[in-house]
Amino acid sequence: MPLQNKILEALERDARLSPADIAVMVEADEETVKEEIHRMEKEGIILGYKAHINPERREAQKVACLIEVSVQPERGHGFDKIAERIYNYPEVQSVFLVSGGYDLLVVIEGKTMRDIANFVIEKLSILPNVRSTASHFLLKKYKELGTVLVQYPERERIPVSP
Amino acid sequence: MKPAIIEPIFQSQSRINQDVADLPPSGIRRFFDLAANTPGVISLGVGEPDFATPWHISEAGIHALEMGQTSYTSNSGMPRLREEVSAYFERIHHCRYDPAGELLITIGGSEGLDLSFRALLNPGEEAIIVDPSFVSYAPLAILAGGKAIRIPTTAENGFVPRREHLEKALSPRTKILVVNYPNNPTGATLTMENVEEIADFVLRSDLILVSDEIYLPLSYETKGISFTSIPELREQLVLLHGFSKAWAMTGWRLGIAAGPRDIIAAMTKIHQYSIMCASSLAQIAAIEALKNGADEVERMRREYDARRRFIASHFNRLGLDCFIPKGAFYVFPSIRRTGLSSEEFALRLLEDERVAVVPGTAFGECGEGHIRCSYATSLEEIREAINHIEHFLTKNHPEIVSESLPLPYREEKAEH
Ligand SMILES: Cc1ncc(COP(=O)(O)O)c(C=O)c1O
Repeated sequence: MPLQNKILEALERDARLSPADIAVMVEADEETVKEEIHRMEKEGIILGYKAHINPERREAQKVACLIEVSVQPERGHGFDKIAERIYNYPEVQSVFLVSGGYDLLVVIEGKTMRDIANFVIEKLSILPNVRSTASHFLLKKYKELGTVLVQYPERERIPVSP
Repeated sequence: MKPAIIEPIFQSQSRINQDVADLPPSGIRRFFDLAANTPGVISLGVGEPDFATPWHISEAGIHALEMGQTSYTSNSGMPRLREEVSAYFERIHHCRYDPAGELLITIGGSEGLDLSFRALLNPGEEAIIVDPSFVSYAPLAILAGGKAIRIPTTAENGFVPRREHLEKALSPRTKILVVNYPNNPTGATLTMENVEEIADFVLRSDLILVSDEIYLPLSYETKGISFTSIPELREQLVLLHGFSKAWAMTGWRLGIAAGPRDIIAAMTKIHQYSIMCASSLAQIAAIEALKNGADEVERMRREYDARRRFIASHFNRLGLDCFIPKGAFYVFPSIRRTGLSSEEFALRLLEDERVAVVPGTAFGECGEGHIRCSYATSLEEIREAINHIEHFLTKNHPEIVSESLPLPYREEKAEH
C-alpha cells in the first residue's frame, strides 16, 4: 500500500496521532511522514481535523433537515451552478447530486425549525431553477461517519483474562 | 432414636480429588480479582479481542435462533461446518482434512486441549510444555493424569525452544510436545527453520505434536506458518484452532481439532460423553464466519497490526525492552531494568496508576522479568495506558526512560 494511504488510514483512525507515532505505525521516518502530511494538507487531500461530536448528547441541540430538491439543470453548467448557489449558504451542511426521483439532497442545520422553514421558503424555493422541494426533518441520528451515536449497553469484557 | 455420632475418620483428608486439590490456583485469577476491584482501571490484561463479533456472523446466529435451529448436532459438529473447516484449511494451508473423521468441532480451543491430553496420555506419561505458555496447558495435562515437563525459553531465543532443551526434557514416558505460535503470552512466531527443527525433533523422538494455532490468522509482516506445512508430520500432528481470536467470537465458545483418524476418533469419544456437541447456534454462526468472514478478519488484523508497532515502540522508548511481535495480540516487555519482579511491577502499576497488566510469571517461571500487555484494546486506551506507565517510570525509574521514539523498526523480512 502506498505511504499516503497508510498515513491517511492512521489519521482516520485517530487524527491526534503524532507524526512520530504514525511513523512507527507505517514504518517510515518521522520527517517523511511530516512532509507527506503537509503536502496532503496543501493539496486539499486532508481537509481538516475536526472533533467528531455526538449531536444526540451535546448540550446545544440543533435541528437538522434533509431536503430533496428538484432543479432544472442549466445549459453549459448542468447542476453545478445551482448547487453552488445552495452550498454557499453557511447553514447548509452538505449538498449531494443524486440519481433517482430528485436531483439534489441538501442537508441543513439550524437552531430551530423556524430557521429551517425560513431557509426553505426564503432562500431555497425562490431560486430560479428550483422546481420543487420536499423537506424531511431529522428525528434521530443512529449512526454517523461509521460511529454509532445512540446509547447501548457497553460491551463488558473482564479486565484480566488468560 | 438418637442419631449415632459418626466420627469423621479421614478428617485430615480433603474430599476433593488430590490432583485437583494440589493444582495451584491460576496466577491470572489473582490479578483478575485485584483489577476487577480497581475502579476506572485501564486494562492491558485482556486476552480477547476488543471487537464485537462481526455483525454478519452474529446475524447468522440470530437467524438460526429465529428459525428454531436449537437442537443437538452431530457429535463431531455439523457436517456443513466440518466441510467449511476442511475447505478453510485447504484454502489457507493447502492441507486436506477429511470432514468425516479427521475433524472435530469443540467448545473452544480449550476443549480441544483438554481432549488431546485425555485422549493421549496414560497415567504418568509426559507432555513437554514450553515455558512461558498459555495458562491451561500444564494443569490440563496433569488433570488428564499426565505430567507436565516445562522447558525454558527466553527473549534472547525469541521464545522459541532450543533443541538442547527439547532433548534434555525427553524421557521414555514423553508422549506429547505442546507448542503455540503465534504465542500467548509472548507474541513470538516461528520461522520456517524453527518449524522444520521442531518437526524433526517430534519425528525423531516419535512424539505427538499438539500445535495450538488459534492465533495463526493474526500474523503480521509474513503469513503465519502452520505445522501442516510439514507433510511427514501429519500422522503425529494434532492441530488445534478456534474462532475466539481471529473472528472475535470468544463468547460463542467454538474451536476446531484436526488430526489423524485414530486420535480424532478417541477425542470424539470423550467429547460425545462429556459434551455431546458444541452449541448449534455457534456452529451456524461459524459457517458464516468461514464462508464470508475473510474481510472482517483482515480489517481487525490491520487494526492490531497498527497498534502493535505503536505499543512496542513506546515500551522500547520507556526502557521496557520488547521485540515487535509478528503475531497474536500481545507484547511481552522486559521490566528487568526496574529491578522489580513481574508481580511487584504489576501490583504497583495497578495500585499507583490503575493500569492492569499480567505478570509474566502467570505463564510460568520463565515469564519472570516480563509483563504481558495485550493490544486488543483501542488505540486511545493503549495511549492512555502508556502515559500512565510513563508517569510511573519517570517517577520511580527515571534513568531508563528516553525522550524520543526509537527509529522505526526495521528488520530483514523473515524468509519462508
Ligand atoms: C494460546 C491459546 N490457546 C487456546 C485458548 C483458548 O481459547 P478458546 O477456548 O476461547 O478457543 C486461548 C485463549 O486465551 C489461548 O490464548
